[in-house]
Amino acid sequence: MEKKVLQVRNLQTHFTSDAGVVKAVDGVSFEVGKGETLGIVGESGSGKSVTSLSIMRLLKDTPGKIAGGEILYEGRDLTKISEREMRRIRGNEIAMIFQEPMTSLNPVYKIGRQLEESIILHMKLSKKAARERSIQMLKAVGISRPEKIVFEFPHQLSGGMRQRVMIAMAMACNPKVLIADEPTTALDVTIQAQILELMKSLTTTTDTAILLITHDLGVVAEMCDRVVVMYGGRAVEESDVVSIFTNPKHPYTQGLLESIPKIGDRVERLSSIPGNVPIPAHMPMGCKFAPRCPHAMDVCWDKEPSFDKLTDNHSVRCWLHKEVPTDEPNLVGSSER
Amino acid sequence: MLRFLGKRLLQIIPILILVSIFIFLFVHMIPGDPARLVAGEDATIEDVELVRKELGLDKPITEQYITYMKNLFQGDFGKSLKTNRDVSYEIGERFMPTFWLTVWSMSWAVVAGLIIGVISATKRNKWQDYLGMFGAVSGLSLPSFWLGLMLIQLFAVTLGWLPSGGMDSWKSYILPAFTLGTGVAAVVARFTRSSLMDVLKEDYIRTGRSKGLNERRITWGHGLRNAMIPVVTMTGLQFGFLLGGSVVIESVFSWPGLGKLLIDSVAYRDYPVIQAEMLIFALEFILINLVVDLLYGILNPQIRYE
Repeated sequence: MEKKVLQVRNLQTHFTSDAGVVKAVDGVSFEVGKGETLGIVGESGSGKSVTSLSIMRLLKDTPGKIAGGEILYEGRDLTKISEREMRRIRGNEIAMIFQEPMTSLNPVYKIGRQLEESIILHMKLSKKAARERSIQMLKAVGISRPEKIVFEFPHQLSGGMRQRVMIAMAMACNPKVLIADEPTTALDVTIQAQILELMKSLTTTTDTAILLITHDLGVVAEMCDRVVVMYGGRAVEESDVVSIFTNPKHPYTQGLLESIPKIGDRVERLSSIPGNVPIPAHMPMGCKFAPRCPHAMDVCWDKEPSFDKLTDNHSVRCWLHKEVPTDEPNLVGSSER
Repeated sequence: MLRFLGKRLLQIIPILILVSIFIFLFVHMIPGDPARLVAGEDATIEDVELVRKELGLDKPITEQYITYMKNLFQGDFGKSLKTNRDVSYEIGERFMPTFWLTVWSMSWAVVAGLIIGVISATKRNKWQDYLGMFGAVSGLSLPSFWLGLMLIQLFAVTLGWLPSGGMDSWKSYILPAFTLGTGVAAVVARFTRSSLMDVLKEDYIRTGRSKGLNERRITWGHGLRNAMIPVVTMTGLQFGFLLGGSVVIESVFSWPGLGKLLIDSVAYRDYPVIQAEMLIFALEFILINLVVDLLYGILNPQIRYE
């Protein structure tokens, strides 16, 4: 088996507040290989963004802290290295694109300067070479007259253009992993497809692994090789993209898929999953999804199921797919694979 | 940009005319009789009336104003009732001491305020922040005359390192500039702290971190410039106030500046000097506001001048 670029093992990210400790990410594991695109899907509050910020160690401004687990980048545990070493990885080896293109660029600096900043820092190029590189990157992301754009300020560009600039910035130092946190959510539908297309084409030529955080299953179908479905800070299902769409095992995944409108179907109301994502401070005792699950059984309320493999590339966290224990002891719910 | 500048400069003229009317009215409303003061306490009523006529103070106030403005447009501020010298000479002599004292006070205060503010914002709720804000609150709440007197007591009287007053050498600047700048530094520190703390929550700061920039670069390069607008506004206002001359500080340190001149003139009902000083204060504020507006454009390219 080929070596994975990024391996996340049993990641725990906790937020400490006056009300107590909130486990925003509670034992999530996944892997991404070279050139592979992994989708992380879930509703707001499922912990997917916190997962991506944890990988980048960008939780500084939040009360959040990585409380356990490993994040292995090419075998090195990112949770253990110093801030200095981490800075050498950020923007260089692992780059990130954010959801808000309108506010993610500094309004007081020209586009060129913001692009060149990381190029000079990581690739140790001269100012002139960095300018050339940034123009080349802007061209690569499909911006016309890039020689002019480098002298413009962010407010002079549209949202789609700004997201292209963000992609150019993220890809400038040839990262091995690109984390894209809802990269198209804030954009017009017509622009969304272009941006996704662009990410795909850029990363296939460089063999960059993508971690795509999204709530949009359409984007997943379009982009991803594998999918992790998150719910309540935990992975509930993981498999290749085809199995997720054709043979979803977890009731939550099934619910997500049913809530997508299908062309040709005439329905009065779109189906939706009843209830809301649990507030992390008030997590259910057993399966986190039990309160909203149409198939919830007694055991679901008491004990959390473990995350187990059904087949080699399909894992699920659900009592429906395993033998319900008749006997009490040592089957603690949170044990990982 | 040039059009904006031209327009703003032209606007100064009507503003100053309006201001001059108000000043003229207010100054003449100060109780007391300048003719009596000029003539002297022992002068007879006839003498006082003679002086009044000589000074043109017997004429109706509108006529006095028109005469005053006529002279003003010829660059003539009139003569001081007290010294009988040209007002422009009186003010010219007092302006530079106040100006330099202001410049030195502001310089150290802005630099110190910025540094304290930035440290407090980045070390939020740590001991550095508490120390910085303790200093800032102290700086704001200590009365400046008290601080001035304490400093004189320590450095001039007890230690004998610095002069207690007057304006003889660069050493004379240290105590008054420190005293005058304390409040400004405190205000700048507080504004910088709160403004920078807001900016550091912005998305582009996270982008900067995701690029691998270090915290120093993030704070001073990306954060501070975005946080500067409220700080510049405050600093401009403070600069204007200080240029007017600090009555209290100039009295404590017997500094030969505009503040002291103003107090003396009011005591003597020296109408021409008071009027000229007020006009200059107004002009200073207008010009400082213009400079502040231009600085906004430099700080934030989204701001356009129409």
